[in-house]
Amino acid sequence: MGILDFLKRKPEATASVARERLRIIVAQERSTRGAPDYLPMMRNELLEVIKKYVHVDLEAISINFERDSGHEILELSVTLPEGKQAARSETKGEAKTG
Amino acid sequence: MTAEIIVVTSGKGGVGKTTTSASLATGLAMAGKKTAVIDFDVGLRNLDLIMGCERRVVYDFVNVVHGEATLKQSLIKDKRYDNLYVLAASQTRDKDALTMEGVEKVLDGLSEEGFEYVVCDSPAGIEKGAHLAMYFADHAVVVVNPEVSSVRDSDRILGLLASKTRRAEKGESPVTQHLLLTRYNPARVAIGEMLSVKDVEEILGIEVVGVIPESENVLTASNNGIPVIVDAASQAGQAYSDTVARILGEERPLRFIDVPKKGFLQRVFGG
Repeated sequence: MGILDFLKRKPEATASVARERLRIIVAQERSTRGAPDYLPMMRNELLEVIKKYVHVDLEAISINFERDSGHEILELSVTLPEGKQAARSETKGEAKTG
Repeated sequence: MTAEIIVVTSGKGGVGKTTTSASLATGLAMAGKKTAVIDFDVGLRNLDLIMGCERRVVYDFVNVVHGEATLKQSLIKDKRYDNLYVLAASQTRDKDALTMEGVEKVLDGLSEEGFEYVVCDSPAGIEKGAHLAMYFADHAVVVVNPEVSSVRDSDRILGLLASKTRRAEKGESPVTQHLLLTRYNPARVAIGEMLSVKDVEEILGIEVVGVIPESENVLTASNNGIPVIVDAASQAGQAYSDTVARILGEERPLRFIDVPKKGFLQRVFGG
């Protein structure tokens, strides 16, 4: 660090943000690689159904597709929000986006 | 004898595929291998400019595929290395002018002519041209920049190499994957502004075959139509030489991935 460096605008250290974002998206894309095209649409429809009962985001649903010799495994996991208060009992299903 | 086919690919455009193809082919020729480099970017010919042979293109890849010219007529002999040849892309046809059978015929023809290596410079994207460029490959050099969209696209390409190539379809041993990190800026990595070699290796789960530092010599070389590997004084040129040696099986440590030590004046005044 030079003594005049404080005069320069200091850019943020964003490489770690890039690394984490890539880690997640690459893992997700690898897990659905070669999987049927309908998976993203199915994920959205499942979200709509789940939202009627519990408030969750799209990120809470993960779909894994694995092809073994002879059979295919579709693994679906939903991370429910923590605490009972977060859960909703109303079945109206507000069209809340986000 | 069958030529080893190396595709240079990336998914994303502008990451340095053509620069890499030109230097890789030239480096193989410098190592004494009879080498041809083919531009698969039909409609957007550019390899000829980087190789400095743009005014000597008479017939192109598409002409050979369509039987309008022979392979011998279409191969342009390099000015510097007499075991190096360029096959230019067509500038006037569209991407549908290439066919799987046509490409195979040209590659077989090059083997018959005694070529040891054929470097295929892929167009950007994952469509027909890119698919044809990678289909017959034995080796793939996946060019990636330390930047989010490039890293993601290269992962997609690694997936395609494992499934949409002749080797994959025939159940043969897979295409050998080489990850080449280009436009690397060690100073920005050091202050956490840029993904590091290790970051990229970890995200993609594959080791790099080389790291090419961001260098003004690359632009100078392309301005002059001389592949940067010929510029033995430049860091980028030396990094490409190391990369070619590693692809040929030699072990060499990575260079130019750390920040050079600053002098006293630089330390005081920055820069």
